[in-house]
Amino acid sequence: MNFVRNSVIPVGTVLIGILALWYVFTVILNAPFERDQAARANTTISTSELIANTMRQERPVLPAPHQVAAEIRKTVFDISPTSKRSLVYHGWVTLSSTLLGFGLGTLLGILLAIAIVHSRTLDKSLMPWIITSQTVPILAIAPMIIVVLNAVNITGLLPKAMISTYLSFFPVAVGMVKGLRSPEIMYLDLMRTYNASKAQVFWKLRWPASMPYLFTSMKIAVAISLVGAIVGELPTGAVAGIGARLLAGSYYGQTVQIWAALIVAALMAAVLVSLIGLIATFVNRRMGARA
Amino acid sequence: MKRSPLAIVAFLLAAASLVLPTGADAPGLFFFATPALLFAASALALFASSSNSSLIALLILVHLAAIFLIGLLGSFAMAPPAIGYWCMVVAAWLLAWLAVQRLAALRPKSLTAQRMVNLALPVVFGAWLLILWEIVVRGFGVPPILLPPPSMIAARIAGSVPTLWADFQQTFLKAAIAGYVIGCGSGFLAAIIVDRVPFLRKGLLPVGNLVAALPVVGIAPIMVMWFGSYWESKAAVVVIMTFFPMLVNTVAGLAASGAMERDLMRTYGSSYTQTLFKLRLPAAMPFIFNALKINSTLALIGAIVAEFFGSPIVGMGFRISAEVGRMNVDMVWAEIFVAALAGSLSYGLITLIERAVTFWHPSYRT
Repeated sequence: MNFVRNSVIPVGTVLIGILALWYVFTVILNAPFERDQAARANTTISTSELIANTMRQERPVLPAPHQVAAEIRKTVFDISPTSKRSLVYHGWVTLSSTLLGFGLGTLLGILLAIAIVHSRTLDKSLMPWIITSQTVPILAIAPMIIVVLNAVNITGLLPKAMISTYLSFFPVAVGMVKGLRSPEIMYLDLMRTYNASKAQVFWKLRWPASMPYLFTSMKIAVAISLVGAIVGELPTGAVAGIGARLLAGSYYGQTVQIWAALIVAALMAAVLVSLIGLIATFVNRRMGARA
Repeated sequence: MKRSPLAIVAFLLAAASLVLPTGADAPGLFFFATPALLFAASALALFASSSNSSLIALLILVHLAAIFLIGLLGSFAMAPPAIGYWCMVVAAWLLAWLAVQRLAALRPKSLTAQRMVNLALPVVFGAWLLILWEIVVRGFGVPPILLPPPSMIAARIAGSVPTLWADFQQTFLKAAIAGYVIGCGSGFLAAIIVDRVPFLRKGLLPVGNLVAALPVVGIAPIMVMWFGSYWESKAAVVVIMTFFPMLVNTVAGLAASGAMERDLMRTYGSSYTQTLFKLRLPAAMPFIFNALKINSTLALIGAIVAEFFGSPIVGMGFRISAEVGRMNVDMVWAEIFVAALAGSLSYGLITLIERAVTFWHPSYRT
């Protein structure tokens, strides 16, 4: 009951509010076109007709939510997933490179963090560069990587996955360095009195202690991987993927298609992030952490 | 002291480079000067005491060798460099790594010396990244389309300052900064309103957290349709991208002041505004600066990526996509360098302001 009062009702109200605002803006933004049409046909248009018309334009400035929902239903459920017009097909293209890049990036980030924690030289010389590189708009390089790799005949999944890797390894590396250093000196001293080897300290103390940090940074990393995959699809000339749908939609003024692709991307991000949240809860519970 | 195996390997490699073919057109004086430098450096590393002066001498010798090695690249017109040359490169690299290791092991007593060492380490590391990039790209003849050498990028930056400045003005000074100020400002104000209404806080925070994880960049084509292809549409993308991180962080920050301090303010009979300005906003500052830092990177990304969807013929994003199409990869790298510089400088500026504002925070007290 508490859950309903403290989250379902407020969140639901806010969502309904957003939806209502969306409809209001649909009418406001699409009305000039309808008035223009009416003026051209030398007819006057009643207000109720105007409002109804704003919600079923072919290429509206802002499509109404139900138009977007219909487009999603059409492209997700009605068209077979193997067709190039199916959003499932494009979503899968984006998702596969996101997951590949995210996996590689997480692995790379963890390995880098382990090296940094165990080597003072790397910590002092490499770590400042990792932090600096976070301030660099890496996403801007994305199109170049794709085109350059295409020029040497590396095409398909790998170039896009490389962008996701590049974006996702920073948060993981920084988070894991923090996590592997999180055990207090007291515990480290205790391991010393047990005469534990470096490997034992790592597997029995540092690694378990870093788990919360790992999952927090993995949530950031998976979200940014998806952004990387979408932006990576822009320069290949709108072949396949969510990014390609966005670009094609903006070329041909298909606003409904853009919004449908955006909503699907948002849903994908939400599902991926909450999936990692679920795994984190499971792992924490297995490790005996308090909920 | 312990003799480092790295120095022994470097010594042997320097010796090998004298015997093995280097593949140069006409081996000149430098082909004997470079191994000589490497011999001197490895002997220094092996036999000299590990004093500060010998470390500085080692650093100077190694970088001199690196300059010679890059200079030698000009003498491979007929054939690519052979094994002897690469022996020298690896020897120089090993010695540089050894020097960095020794530098990292130093624990100087004075604070200024420690700061100098902490600054020198990443600088030497970065310099060797550039040196190896230059040598490997030119030595192996990697096509410039794939990866241009740093010298080529530097020449391009020096040669096209007016273009780069115009792009920077369009993308950073107009779009990114306008969007950043509006986005952060409105996020901050919204957070104060949300904080006053508990119902909104419960409802809006989960939504805000979700939106902060979404690929907001995707909104760019819509903004370009609504606001046209000039910088206003890019600023709009930046506003939307920066709004939610600011909102979420500020709301979290406003909740950060302790119950004890708030009770104290109550016993003083202070009003809502007094509590807000004297207690809760100062306590929220670390969170707000965290959002400002995240947003400084997001703003530049948003402004550049939005230009991929349509822009006038000026701007960093436009230049990147246009020059990629013409395979002028060195110009793209020049733009990336400008973006990296702008991003790092604005991040550094925000960090400096943060230090001045949140001087009381435990992480800055020494």
